[in-house]
Amino acid sequence: MFRQVVSTLRLNQYTLIQNNINYARFYSNKCLVVAEHDNNNIMPSTLNTITAATKIGAPVVLLVAGDKCSGAADKASKIKGVTTVFHADHPQLAHSLPETLAPVVIGLKERQQLTHIFTPATNFGKNFIPRVAALLDVGAVSDITAIKSEDTFTHPIYAGNAIATVQTSDAVKIGTIRTTAFEKAPAEGGAANVEALDWVAPLVEKAAADTGVTWESAEIVKSERPELTSARVVISGGRGMKSGENFKLLEDLADTMGGAVGASRAAVDSGFVSNDLQVGQTGKVVAPELYVAVGISGAIQHLAGMKDSKVIVAINKDPEAPIFQVADVGLVGDLFKVVPELTEAIKKAK
Amino acid sequence: IHTYTMSFKVLVPVKRVIDYAVKIRVRPDKMGVETANVKMSINPFDEIAVEEAIKMKEAGHASEVIAVSLGPKAVQDTIRGSIAMGADKGIHVDTGAVTDIHPLAVAKVLKRLAETEKPNLIILGKQAIDDDSNQTAQMLAGLLNWPQATFASKVVVDKATNSVKVTREIDGGLETLSLKMPAIISCDLRLNEPRYAKLQNIMKSKKAELKVHTPQDLGVDISSKIKTVSVEEPAKRTGGAKVDSVEAIVQSLKKHALI
Repeated sequence: MFRQVVSTLRLNQYTLIQNNINYARFYSNKCLVVAEHDNNNIMPSTLNTITAATKIGAPVVLLVAGDKCSGAADKASKIKGVTTVFHADHPQLAHSLPETLAPVVIGLKERQQLTHIFTPATNFGKNFIPRVAALLDVGAVSDITAIKSEDTFTHPIYAGNAIATVQTSDAVKIGTIRTTAFEKAPAEGGAANVEALDWVAPLVEKAAADTGVTWESAEIVKSERPELTSARVVISGGRGMKSGENFKLLEDLADTMGGAVGASRAAVDSGFVSNDLQVGQTGKVVAPELYVAVGISGAIQHLAGMKDSKVIVAINKDPEAPIFQVADVGLVGDLFKVVPELTEAIKKAK
Repeated sequence: IHTYTMSFKVLVPVKRVIDYAVKIRVRPDKMGVETANVKMSINPFDEIAVEEAIKMKEAGHASEVIAVSLGPKAVQDTIRGSIAMGADKGIHVDTGAVTDIHPLAVAKVLKRLAETEKPNLIILGKQAIDDDSNQTAQMLAGLLNWPQATFASKVVVDKATNSVKVTREIDGGLETLSLKMPAIISCDLRLNEPRYAKLQNIMKSKKAELKVHTPQDLGVDISSKIKTVSVEEPAKRTGGAKVDSVEAIVQSLKKHALI
């Protein structure tokens, strides 16, 4: 009996100690967001990622790495929810090359005891974060759509046709954040310290020399229209557009709404538009506030790329088209008549 | 030195996945998706990688193309399929019953093969259409400390300078990098149009050399610290009402505060 009491006491004590350890561990979490920026401005994708990071319930610090990017670092310090901005500036950090960016993130991890590293699931983030993870000998979770706890995340697989919940016991939790799944953190209202990282130069220079990578040039498509994956409105055309020239109708509608133009694989395969406009399983995954599907039947592969859109409008002459099964608003009609009318009606309604 | 006689090896990792046209079903135990009696194919992005490697051979750059796959014995079909397209030989890393192999483990296996095969280039698909990770190429580049060019839409080998020029698809356009070889490239959809294997080549591929390894004999632990808790169906959308006029669409957009 006495022994039992003692052992119960011991058990309680043990539980208490365990709780303290858990408590201490909880507060020792520190979450890094690697910022996507253009040297002067922080990209909106970073703001969505910061909101995701705050769900860990730990301090969120931000890395702004680049060449002559102090403007972006200053703006980063104003973002609500960020405690410290680390600013790494070096000519070899231009263009966000993973070869030189990865050693900076790893150096920061060693100095700051980071427990989480997140970045947007854009081309920028997808390109470098797995390299960081491998160098730290940990896995990475792509396209996180929900943060359930400090070690449990959900993300889509099979192009969104299934949602996986994963739990990681890796020492550092690394992932990319699907930006459309989280609100943007307020760009103003914060007052983070900006700390210049003075130790990056030798690391960056060694990485550049070891890997022999040189950035040569870029061709950025100058368009008034927003980028497809981050656009608030997307107007997409399918086989029903009949030709590339007819996409002008969609461009007019997109311009009226400040939207981007997309396409189904059928439209791309028919040579109407280039592959970079393709929305779907093997193209881009979008989740705008409004998706207008024009002359698109709605094959599984296409739906996989746009079914998380908030409102879907379908215009198709075939009343049996599967797209109508997911559309919030469907109009059966001739797109060549309906689309110009819609463009005019929206202009008037504004 | 006659550079044209020097060997130039390209390693192409290929993955066997559920065919892109199949509507997947989540398993009743919610621990994965149904794969029994489901059509399997080479991952579409990997097919583009194989095509690019074969083109390098046809252009006189590459002397040998090796297709590699990890997984159960069935992945040998995927390797043979790549050989039928034009690869020279294959390597199968037999993982037995283990099919859920994470990108870090794949990258570690490929690193070991890169150390023994000494390829000049490793060309991969940018992502597998089952796990959608988009990680393996980048992880492999990190482990080998090689340069990487992901989401490639154009690749130009320059043997004189032992470098490769790669145009990448980035948000908003394209960028071009020059990489010292050996290097890692991951393919985007725009890179090329994969060919169909000819029947004659399919017959030939059945006799091609296919080396078999295990993760154990390569000294690689393929377990992952990322565990699947559950796999579920996404929330179903229900289609709304059909409207009969453009004006009704405008009203609906107003209701949703979109205009």
